[in-house]
Amino acid sequence: MADKRVWVWTEIVDGAAHRQSLELLTPARALGRAEAVVLGPADGDALASIGNHGAQVVHHGDDPRYAEYLAEPQAATLATMIANDAPDLILFSSTPSARDVVSRLVAKLDAGIVANATDVGYERDELRVPWGAETTGTVTLRDSKPHLVQIRPKAFAAEEVGGQAEVQPVTVAIEDRTLRTKVVETVVEESEGPNLEDAAIIVSGGRGLGQPENYTLVEELAKALGGAPGATRAIVDAGWVPYSHQVGQTGKTVKPTLYVACGISGAIQHIAGMKGSKYIVAINRDPDAPIFELADLGVVGDVMTIVPKLTEQLRNG
Amino acid sequence: MKIVVCAKHVPDPNMPMEVDTGTKRLKRNPAQSILDPSDEYGIEIALQIVEKQGGEVVVLTMGPAAAEDALRRAMAMGAERAIHLQDDALAGSDALGTAKALAAAIRAESPDLVVCAVESTDAYTGMVPGALAELLDLPQVTFARSLAVDSGKITVQRATETGYQTVEAQLPALVTVTASVAEPRYPSFKLMMQAKKKPVDGKDAAALGVDTGAIGEAGAKEEVLAVELIREEKQGVKITDEGGDSVEQIVAYLKKIQVA
Ligand SMILES: Cc1cc2nc3c(=O)[nH]c(=O)nc-3n(C[C@H](O)[C@H](O)[C@H](O)COP(=O)(O)OP(=O)(O)OC[C@H]3O[C@@H](n4cnc5c(N)ncnc54)[C@H](O)[C@@H]3O)c2cc1C
Ligand SMILES: Nc1ncnc2c1ncn2[C@@H]1O[C@H](COP(=O)(O)O)[C@@H](O)[C@H]1O
Repeated sequence: MADKRVWVWTEIVDGAAHRQSLELLTPARALGRAEAVVLGPADGDALASIGNHGAQVVHHGDDPRYAEYLAEPQAATLATMIANDAPDLILFSSTPSARDVVSRLVAKLDAGIVANATDVGYERDELRVPWGAETTGTVTLRDSKPHLVQIRPKAFAAEEVGGQAEVQPVTVAIEDRTLRTKVVETVVEESEGPNLEDAAIIVSGGRGLGQPENYTLVEELAKALGGAPGATRAIVDAGWVPYSHQVGQTGKTVKPTLYVACGISGAIQHIAGMKGSKYIVAINRDPDAPIFELADLGVVGDVMTIVPKLTEQLRNG
Repeated sequence: MKIVVCAKHVPDPNMPMEVDTGTKRLKRNPAQSILDPSDEYGIEIALQIVEKQGGEVVVLTMGPAAAEDALRRAMAMGAERAIHLQDDALAGSDALGTAKALAAAIRAESPDLVVCAVESTDAYTGMVPGALAELLDLPQVTFARSLAVDSGKITVQRATETGYQTVEAQLPALVTVTASVAEPRYPSFKLMMQAKKKPVDGKDAAALGVDTGAIGEAGAKEEVLAVELIREEKQGVKITDEGGDSVEQIVAYLKKIQVA
């Protein structure tokens, strides 16, 4: 039943539409009329790319204060827009800002929300949302309009369909009382090599590396394969590598062609972020490590011996 | 400085999970449940602030009788007292229902700061704190990887996907914290014994003054139609390495899948 009016809350980061927002235009199009809501400055290129991914309309509020203050001005404006325009369904990604805005909106509207959705659809006009990372199931929302659904990264592929969106200005005025949490500085911490979410090959390390210095073994193997280095939360929490490297339920969700897990036990929370990888190679000295359950190639052995040799072999062609 | 920390009693994440297909909820075995490790960071940072600036840390939970365990643990770490929201009418609450009950309890305390984890270990919706901030009409400072409170203002480094933002708000405010915010202390045996004597204020729905139609199963807008655990398994190949002799096979495999 492709008759729903679906809004996609669309985030602009570094001047471009966020990939997770663009992913959500795919189910939005399938369910009916896809409309994007962009609150904050965005240039013509960014708006055009949203149209190109299938939004028929972009509701754009270009007030810079939407980006200078967290959550509250956006949630307030969305509540007004919803009251005026009554969309059926609003999709949110799972970035920190998406979560901030939608959680506030839930209380404003006294509405239900499905978080961690992996798909979204309707059955005889009743919302059906499969959700979950560790557990999985299906939920619906009762007495709740519009339906609010927050979707996990990479549940859908972003698709360029070559459309053009009509840009409609959002004229709701921002109230000063919503300007309470001020962003004073935004800092980008550079990580080496390709971005984890874009990488076709990821080599990740865990506590099995023994000590922080040994993480270079992972970085070198990643480089030799032309991939990006990732990590488990255990070594992120221990301060070996920055959070931007973390793969898993509370880190990044990745779907590379190849994922190499070095000294990683395979905790369910780590698996939640990488189980969609096409091929998985695991190196772990414990033959019973749970990571082997998912591995296409499991190597029982010492990462300290295998990883450097493998890197050398690959470098020598 | 009065700080309320919202903390949850959750199934031990190191134990295998089970779902009850009848009630469609996670099976909660009280003997295998603990203070949510994610909440220990919030308790720790709250204690550190109060140790420097004076004041008190109050820990708040909503959950069945066994959840008192989590409160005792938090008090062993150093929280002064606890509030336990417990009522059959609260069971089955969704994120908004939970936030409504917590908000009613927090309103009665009028704290300077409310601390939550970014997301709970068992439900991991991350929706309770933002809903709570809205219900309490507080600014919401989120994903803190470090935080400082000074002259009525909170400043945090907010973790983003590519780095961080420095974000500030006037108190009173609500903050959500990540694991990087502080290293939780391990309470001594003596403190654990002392915590047994600290006060726990039990409250039911009537004492909270919340409408029972808006909370619990009755108020839940989210209805679970089916639930199961996932654990995927592949029929992969497993080889055993001796002194690096597996490298040839790994390279051959990488060639086969055309990545090397
Ligand atoms: C709410 C919550 C959210 C979480 N989110 C995440 C998340 O997003 N991402 C994440 O990764 N984790 C997450 N975790 C943590 C997760 O539960 C695990 O603790 C973590 O993934 C373990 O990391 P690890 O595999 O590096 O360490 P360990 O579990 O300690 O495993 C180390 C492995 O290395 C092997 N090993 C040791 N020495 C060697 C050697 N010389 N050679 C080969 N192998 C060796 C061992 O056999 C072992 O299997 C989360 C936990 C919770 C509770
Ligand atoms: N039942 C509860 N009792 C106390 N605090 C809670 C409860 N549920 C959620 N919270 C707080 O809200 C945070 C996020 O939870 P969630 O939205 O369930 O992921 C938790 O880490 C707690 O700080």
